[in-house]
Amino acid sequence: MGHRAVSVAHDSHTGEAITFFFYDVPKVLLLLTAIVFVTGVLRSWFSPEKTRAILAGKREILGYPLAALLGVLTPFCSCSSVPLFIGFVSAGIPLGVTFSFLIAGPMVGPVGLGLLYGLVGWKIATIYLTFGFSVATLAGYAMGRMGLERYLQDWVRTLNTGPVNALPEEKITFVERLKTGAEQVREIVGKVWIWVLVGIGIGALIHGYVPEAVMLRIMGGEAWWSVPAAIVVGVPMYTNAAGVIPIVEALLGKGPLLAPRSLS
Amino acid sequence: MKTVKVYGPGCKRCEATETMIRNAAARLGIEVEIEKVTSAQSIAAAGVMSTPAVSVDGKLVHAGGLPDETRLEQWLKV
Repeated sequence: MGHRAVSVAHDSHTGEAITFFFYDVPKVLLLLTAIVFVTGVLRSWFSPEKTRAILAGKREILGYPLAALLGVLTPFCSCSSVPLFIGFVSAGIPLGVTFSFLIAGPMVGPVGLGLLYGLVGWKIATIYLTFGFSVATLAGYAMGRMGLERYLQDWVRTLNTGPVNALPEEKITFVERLKTGAEQVREIVGKVWIWVLVGIGIGALIHGYVPEAVMLRIMGGEAWWSVPAAIVVGVPMYTNAAGVIPIVEALLGKGPLLAPRSLS
Repeated sequence: MKTVKVYGPGCKRCEATETMIRNAAARLGIEVEIEKVTSAQSIAAAGVMSTPAVSVDGKLVHAGGLPDETRLEQWLKV
């Protein structure tokens, strides 16, 4: 950037925004690639069928936290949620435990967790993990206590799914697991990179242009509505953690959002 | 003539799986009849939990994610 036409004073707003952008893009993309790869390899040891076999026959009270944990680790496409739900319930897994599994999956993604860890530190990442895990466990438990089984359609209750493992166990070599990881990188990073750029762009604008006082007034934690407002702002995170976490990173630099400063 | 069923609610991967099977069958010169099973009830009744899943001549061979090309050809050849 030494070129005269684009030379921008480092301490100007534009300079700060540009620095943030060009520093963050390679950092986030590299981190994302590494995390998606490791997650892909790790998840090749898990499958919904194995998870069901683990959960079936476990004591209900152990089932909730175990289901939440397996929900984080088991790979499943959200379009499989309905067959998964039916498969679990018809194998005798309690409804609440099944919900713990289904809630934890999309809520505590290893990718989001890894990015939080890499970009904003282990304390926040730990809080995210602890809360996500607890919410999934407790929500499943609450739903289990509500006795919702009676609302299941009859065919779900009477369905006999047959042997828990109908599929022949495929022998997967380690090289194939690595390939799975690489495929995940191609598929996921190939799809979300543009949103990562958009997210970092927004983060850069906040970083360079929005004065701290404004951010503190909007989301400083004083007003009662600051938490609901933060939730609305955070909704996109549910769809794409990789694009939103750079924004969180920029917001944290401004001080607000996480009220107790001692955390950051 | 092989009867292949693709289980899935109709997501993108399910369609990609169907295309892969068609292509593999054409490559191998095997005649296949592909049936898409999309209702949650029929998917569950087949014992399928993760979609897309594939069965060949009534035998479930795959569940969850896109199938592997070489494995796919083996299923069709058997």
